[in-house]
Amino acid sequence: MSDTHTPNGHIVVRDAVIELGDKKDRFRAVDRISFDIKAGQFVCLLGPSGCGKSTLLGALAGHIPVTGGSLSLGGRAIEGPSSERGLVFQQHTLFPWKRVIDNVAFGLKMKGVAKAERQARALELLRLVGLAGFEHKYPIQLSGGMQQRVEIARVLINQPQVLLMDEPFAALDAQTRWVMQRLLLDVWAKIGTTVVFVTHDIDEALFLADRVLVMSQRPGRIREDIAIPAARPRGDAWVTSDDFIHLKRHCLELMRDEHRRNFAASLGNAGDFAGAFI
Amino acid sequence: MSAAQLTLDQAPLEGVADVPVGDVSSAGKRRTRWPLGRILVRGLSLIAFVAFWQVAAQYRLHLGIVTFQNVPAPSEVVPALWNLLQSPKVLDHVLNSLYRVFGGFLGATLAGTILGLWIGRSRWAADLFLPPLEVLRPIPGVAWIPLAILMFPSSEMSMIFITFMGALFPILLNTIHGVGGIDPRLVSTARSLGASRTRLYLEVILPGALPSLVTGLSIGMGTSWFCLVTAEMIAGQYGIGYYTWESYNLQRYADIVVGMLLIGVFGMGSSVLVRKLGDLLTPWYQLKGGRDHE
Repeated sequence: MSDTHTPNGHIVVRDAVIELGDKKDRFRAVDRISFDIKAGQFVCLLGPSGCGKSTLLGALAGHIPVTGGSLSLGGRAIEGPSSERGLVFQQHTLFPWKRVIDNVAFGLKMKGVAKAERQARALELLRLVGLAGFEHKYPIQLSGGMQQRVEIARVLINQPQVLLMDEPFAALDAQTRWVMQRLLLDVWAKIGTTVVFVTHDIDEALFLADRVLVMSQRPGRIREDIAIPAARPRGDAWVTSDDFIHLKRHCLELMRDEHRRNFAASLGNAGDFAGAFI
Repeated sequence: MSAAQLTLDQAPLEGVADVPVGDVSSAGKRRTRWPLGRILVRGLSLIAFVAFWQVAAQYRLHLGIVTFQNVPAPSEVVPALWNLLQSPKVLDHVLNSLYRVFGGFLGATLAGTILGLWIGRSRWAADLFLPPLEVLRPIPGVAWIPLAILMFPSSEMSMIFITFMGALFPILLNTIHGVGGIDPRLVSTARSLGASRTRLYLEVILPGALPSLVTGLSIGMGTSWFCLVTAEMIAGQYGIGYYTWESYNLQRYADIVVGMLLIGVFGMGSSVLVRKLGDLLTPWYQLKGGRDHE
C-alpha cells in the first residue's frame, strides 16, 4: 500500500522537548521523544488525554515551537506552518462564508492557480471523499461528518507530504465515525501520504494504523511502539480477529497503567500513602 | 450564535426584533403567514391612531401638558403632501438630502471599515488610532454642527461631515467587534493553507467581520439621517430637514408634518436598502438555523 508514497514524507523526531505555559505555570508537555516515521506510513499517537499527543502534533504542524531537540520532514527542519503539512482538527475550520468547492480550492487560490483549474481539482477531491453534488453548499448546511470530509479534501488539494490529524472523528457519532475511518483508509490507499493520527480511542488506532505509538502520561514519552501487521484493506474481519483483541487488551493494560500512575500522582500532594491503595 | 438560532426557531412572531440584521427577511416571510385576525387588529390600531390625531387636531384639544392647538390635522396634511409631490421643489429637497446622507455614509463606510479591520487586527494600530477615537466617540454627531460650520468653508461639506461623524462610530466599532469575533483557528488555517497577509484580510478577516459590519452599517444609516436632518435645520439650503424647519418658520404647519413623513419614508427606505444589500453580501449568515443532514 505504502509504496506509492511521496518520497519526502519521512518524519524524524529527535529528543523533542516541548514546554508550554508562561514562566510560573510552565510545564513540560513532551519529554525527550524520539521516533522515525517512514514516508507513506500511517501512524497513530495513542494516549490518555493530557499526555501531550496533540502538542506533539501541533509541533509537527509547525504551530508550536520545540524547546529542545529537532523535528524534520523529508530532511528539512520544521520551523513553521506550511501547506506541505496538512492539519485536520476535531472541530472543522472551514470558512463559513465560502461554499464547499471554494473552501476546498482555497489552497490553490492562494497559490495563484486559475479559477477553472482549481475548481476542477476541488471537484476531483470532493469526489474522492464522496461529496460530489455538495460543492455549492455552505459548510453550515452539511452534517459533522461531511464537514470533516470537506476539511480533509481541502488539506489534500495542497498535496501535502504528511497529513496531521488531531482526533478528527472524536466529535462524530459512532456510526459516522465508522464510515469516516473507512473513508480515510480508502483515500489514503489512493494518495499514500504519511499520516500522523492522534487519538485516545484504542479501536480506532488499531483499525487505522501501521504502527501505534502509545504515549505515557505527562510529561509525554513514547511508552511503546506497536507494529500492526494486519493486511490491508482492513475490514470487519480484522477488528474481530484474535490478533486485534490481543493487541487491544495489551493497549488497555498500558492505558490503565498510565491512568493509575496519573491518579497516584494527583493524590501525591495530599498524602503519599494514598497511592498505595490504588 | 446558538442563541440567535434559538430565537429564530422558537420566538413568537414579533420576537425577531432582537435577532441580528440578517434575520429580517425570514421575519418578513413569517408576517405573510399572519392570521387575518392579527392583521385586522394592527390595521384598526393604525386607523384609530389617525382618527385620534384627526379629532385632537380638529377640536384643538388641550390635554394638560400637551396641546393640539397648532397641530395640523391629517385632512390638512394629505393635501399639503399632494401639493409638494406635484411641485418641482420636492425633487431638489429629496435629492439634496440623499446626496448628503449617502456622501457622509459612504465616507464613513470606507473609513470605518478600513480603520476597523486594521485596528481589530493589529495592537499597534489600536494603540495608534484608538485614543483620539475614544475621546471623540461619546460626542454625538449633532454636537459637531457649530464646529463643522467653522471648519468647512462650504455648508454642504459641513453637513456631509456631520452625517459622516454620525455613521462612523457605529460602523467602526461593529467592524472592530466583528474582527475580534473571528475564530483564531480560521486565521491559522488560512495561514497554513498558504494565505499571505493581504490575502488573509480579503479572504478571512473581511468576510469574517461582515455580519457585524452589516449591523454597524444599518445602525450607521439611522444615525446618518438623524444627524443630517438636524444639520439641515441649522445649516441647510434645500433638503428635507431644511424644508421641515422652513415650514415651521413660515408657519405652514401642515408642511412640517409632510417633511416629517418624507424623513420617515426615506430614512426607512435607506435602512431597508442597507439591510437588503447586507443580506446579499452575507448569504451564509442567512442560512443559520436551517441545516440539512447527511
